[in-house]
Amino acid sequence: MAEDVVQETFIAAIKSTSFAEQSSPRTWLTGILKHKIIDLMRKNIREIAASDLMHEEDANMDEFFDEAGHWSEKPLAWDIPHDALEQKQFLGILQQCMEKLPNKLATLFLMRDIHETDNEEICKELEITTTNAWVMLYRARMGIRKCLEMHWLQA
Amino acid sequence: MLNCKQTSQLVSQSLDRRLTWQERFAVKVHLWICKYCRRFSRQLLAVRSGLQRMTQSVEENTDLQMPSESKARIAKVLESELK
Repeated sequence: MAEDVVQETFIAAIKSTSFAEQSSPRTWLTGILKHKIIDLMRKNIREIAASDLMHEEDANMDEFFDEAGHWSEKPLAWDIPHDALEQKQFLGILQQCMEKLPNKLATLFLMRDIHETDNEEICKELEITTTNAWVMLYRARMGIRKCLEMHWLQA
Repeated sequence: MLNCKQTSQLVSQSLDRRLTWQERFAVKVHLWICKYCRRFSRQLLAVRSGLQRMTQSVEENTDLQMPSESKARIAKVLESELK
């Protein structure tokens, strides 16, 4: 998959005439690559059926809270790392945590929290309501936070 | 008064929309008295901003290399594209 995107990037590059002398080839190619990655995510998302998304909403979130709405497992104290080596490890763990999420939640989280895609744009792509998006992002963040807590804290 | 569940939902939503002042106030009051939700909130915010910073710095000084078979394969495709 990664290889295909790189290949597409180079093909787009040799067909393109937009290379500006003032930018470095690296910056230029990285720019094309980013667009290709976003295109790919869009394609992935369109393949998610709307009914599938609705189903996701029924998933039980109450594992995190008791009936009175208190934390059933209290959040532990941890922080995201500051030095470069630890950051790499952290990103690795995060990657694993995202792989454990249902595909659509992971894609949504990736678009919103890493690429800062606009909310409206996400809803348009996914054909969901904003309320639905908030619920799904909440689920994704809860799952990722919990997973990081379990794996990062013990790393 | 908000409970922890409601607070966590609003904290998450605060990353996606502007909360009303009533909501902001209610969240603030809850966070003031609840250290677990304070932790939760700090971590959620830190994960988002940390991720964006980190993915950027990883992009900038990456030392990842493609396997040479892949490079050869792509080179072949490019050659045929140029014909």
